[in-house]
Amino acid sequence: MARTRIQLLTAAAGIAAVFTATGCGAADMTKQSSPYANVGGAKSVTLSVQSWVGAQSNVAVAQYLLEHELGYRVDTVQVDEIPAWDALSQGRVDAILEDWGHPEQEQRYVKDKKLIVPGGGLGVTGHIGWWVPKYFADKHPDVLNWKNLNKYAKTFKTAESGGKGQLLDGSPSYVTNDKALVKNLKLNYQIVFSGSEAAQITQIKQFAKGKKPFLTYWYEPQWLFNQVPMVEVKLPKYTDECANEGTKDPESVDCAYPTTPLQKYLNADFAKQGGKASAFLKKFHWTKQSQNEVSELIASKGMSAQDAAKKWVEAHPDVWKKWMP
Amino acid sequence: MSATATRPATDPATDPAATGTAAAEPRPSLLSSAVRSPAARKLAALVVIAAVLIPLAHAKWASGSWPHALTVDVSGPLGDASDWILDNRDSHWIFLYFFGHISNVIIIGVRAVYVALLALGWAGVTAGLTLIAWRVAGVRIAVTTLVSFAICGLLGMWVPTMQTLALMVIAVTASVVIGGLLGLAGGLSEWAFRVLRPVLDTMQVLPAFAYLLPVVMIFGNGVPGAVLATVIYAAPPMARLTALGLRGADAGVLEAVTSLGATWRQRLLSARLPLARKELLLGINQTIMMALSMAVIASVIGGGGLGDRVYQALSSVDVGKALAAGLPIVLLAVVMDRTIGSAGERLGTPPAEGGHRLLRGWPAWAGVAVVTAVITVVGRLTGSQTWPTGWTVAIEEPVNQFKEWMVDHLYTGVPVVGGTADWAADYVKWILDPLREGLQGLPWYAVLLIVAALAWLIGTWATALTATAAMAAIGVLGVWEPSMDTLSQVLAAVFVTLVLGFAIGIWAARSTRLERMMRPVLDMFQTMPQFVYLIPVVALFGVGRAPAAAAAIVYALPAVIRITTQGIRNVDPAALESARSLGATQGQQLRQVQLPLARPALLLAVNQGVVLVLAVVVIGGLVGSGALGYDVLFGLAQGDLATGLVAGTAIVCLGLMLDRVTQPTSRRDRKGA
Repeated sequence: MARTRIQLLTAAAGIAAVFTATGCGAADMTKQSSPYANVGGAKSVTLSVQSWVGAQSNVAVAQYLLEHELGYRVDTVQVDEIPAWDALSQGRVDAILEDWGHPEQEQRYVKDKKLIVPGGGLGVTGHIGWWVPKYFADKHPDVLNWKNLNKYAKTFKTAESGGKGQLLDGSPSYVTNDKALVKNLKLNYQIVFSGSEAAQITQIKQFAKGKKPFLTYWYEPQWLFNQVPMVEVKLPKYTDECANEGTKDPESVDCAYPTTPLQKYLNADFAKQGGKASAFLKKFHWTKQSQNEVSELIASKGMSAQDAAKKWVEAHPDVWKKWMP
Repeated sequence: MSATATRPATDPATDPAATGTAAAEPRPSLLSSAVRSPAARKLAALVVIAAVLIPLAHAKWASGSWPHALTVDVSGPLGDASDWILDNRDSHWIFLYFFGHISNVIIIGVRAVYVALLALGWAGVTAGLTLIAWRVAGVRIAVTTLVSFAICGLLGMWVPTMQTLALMVIAVTASVVIGGLLGLAGGLSEWAFRVLRPVLDTMQVLPAFAYLLPVVMIFGNGVPGAVLATVIYAAPPMARLTALGLRGADAGVLEAVTSLGATWRQRLLSARLPLARKELLLGINQTIMMALSMAVIASVIGGGGLGDRVYQALSSVDVGKALAAGLPIVLLAVVMDRTIGSAGERLGTPPAEGGHRLLRGWPAWAGVAVVTAVITVVGRLTGSQTWPTGWTVAIEEPVNQFKEWMVDHLYTGVPVVGGTADWAADYVKWILDPLREGLQGLPWYAVLLIVAALAWLIGTWATALTATAAMAAIGVLGVWEPSMDTLSQVLAAVFVTLVLGFAIGIWAARSTRLERMMRPVLDMFQTMPQFVYLIPVVALFGVGRAPAAAAAIVYALPAVIRITTQGIRNVDPAALESARSLGATQGQQLRQVQLPLARPALLLAVNQGVVLVLAVVVIGGLVGSGALGYDVLFGLAQGDLATGLVAGTAIVCLGLMLDRVTQPTSRRDRKGA
């Protein structure tokens, strides 16, 4: 039957076309760019954005400069940190601009597989800790030492903390030793995971509106400090020894969080063949103040990331001119 | 309780219990005898079993919580599996020659659609889709389409809308093809049908977040993962409805076709499939709706498009921006739902007489193509391919101001009723905490016994066995405590949903005006991505289990209201009339006629309430509900397959158990239809 043969031929041609298009034979899992990339002949870069606003600011400024100064089209994707490493290794994103330290991923992708290369420091130093609002610390200065925290457990109690003090924690994607800390320092506190940074910020703002006391896991640089001034509670001093033990057994951690110089990472192919875009991203290097300036425009002044970046770029040509390849 | 006993099982062949002996027994039709004998007999049997097993269990593992000796730690093997995938992904043949090609085909497909949409430009896309809607569904829906796309542009969301549309086209096509093939198998073969049902059930109850992680590991972040996750979620309704349509085909027609000497294939193509086309169309419609509801969840793994905009807006706590990205999703859903729904209604009826011949058949389609092409060219001449940047309306500011106002005025200190913060604290203190403590305090065998009793009373011994096994699986996986926590949250939220839903549903059944007014609101709550109202609920109820409950209630309420209203409306008018003639008051009519007669519908509402609330458990994890929802999110964010998958499985087990104890066996066949 002629019709059947034509159908069969069409099907065969279709399958052949698909295989030709996908590279015939083996598919390369390390080269899979986004389908939205490079549409219409534009050179494009895909950047990963993490859920916190600081990361959005890095990306916004990089995006603005790539688009307006270097003529690229920039796609952004929001992914959590560990999936972002994964995406970076496959070429689905080209760069991570703010990494808070993921030794396991570095070992696998940078050292072993060589699919990702370090892109240098971001210039911003990150620090995680426990914080209380300034209005509360001013009245009760002794809360700033962890040894006195149990005295305040009743003050920090909420409906969710089951009779203990509430330690507000953040998104499940963030690095945290808080469970071990509460246990090992024998604190009468219950950790309440807010599940996302947005929920945590909303809750902190809500507390601050009523000048209520609270204790929260938080980090800097963060724009929220400009709206809700907070003071850090001193935890037992951070030592390398304690950190090394913590890497072996996370439940043994009993000291403060380290201070981390934040890093950039690039997809290895992109780093080599990314031309001006990769050269620019390697040079991208700014300060905590600059980052917070952009972050606050985005998060509290309600500006779009692009407008905020534009404003900052126009005000600080001396800073970004140095990044140009 | 005895609903099963009073109504015969619809179709013994499709009833899983039919394989057992219980269903084969003749069932007494009188309500009174049903309550007396089988229920009592079932309970007595359970008591005997419990009397033997519980002392044994208690002697061996004397603890209230699930005994450690009976757990299996799966984190080792799962951790190894995930390491293996990551280490071999770019070298092993299964990735290079199988998964990799699937990934690539999806990327190429999405890209092709996206490039085509961009080439048509805003003018071409809007014109083309409006004309198609006009062709298949009439003028009113064409206008809806036009306005909807204009709004997407006006909100400044043109490009993300096109990205989502491209993703949806590929995901829906794949779901329809795969679901259709599965449904074809299920419709033609009894054996396939029986094998498929539990598979489809699992696909729908499994929280999307639980399988996002394995999908991401295999196919990588971004579009391929997003499409595949969507297919897993959206294909089941297509499969169910296809099977339903094929099985329901009129036997007389089939007989006639056979007697004409048609071959098996001719019979399928010329009789069975055409007869099932209404179900097929409904299946496509359901698939589109479910696929769209995944658009935002897929953004968590980098699916891009509108979902990503919603997600990004939320991380800067910007409800206005999230709404601006969420509205196009609602509009896409409305347009597709109405277009296909209306096309389905027109299917059976002959084309309207009159009208020019050129407006029907292929000349009309050619006309659509020509007009679209012309408008595309005109659009190109005006310059911008994407929506002109000047033509946008910023809704972010007013929306955020409204949210602030609402929070400022409702959070605390509202006279008499108290603020939302007080409600949240009361809800946690008086409902959630006692319930959680009660469930966690109950010995584990008592929980199993209660589940067994409830499931047996409403169904058969097979139902009871499934429900109890599901509960036991949770214990074996070692997540008993968090599961009880989650269960307490689900039960409490379902309780509130039902109280509100029944009240509003009954009210709406009496007032057509209220029902009409509520319709768009219910539509919006059902299609609006849940992420959009996460921030308002936190602002109103604080972080914790209360805002999670609020989000779940908002999501589940529309379905409960709709089913209740429908059920009461459909009560036999003759019964109501006779009650009225006997002088019954409004209240008596409701209590003694409408509610009892609408009981099947009300039970369905209970079941849907449970299923929908459970579907939001993971989303609740994003606002601090803790327990299983948080564990699933943690697994995804940390790439920790063990934690995520175990918590996800536990949610599936809870879902299975709750479904079995709330759904009479005889009605389960209609689900998903």
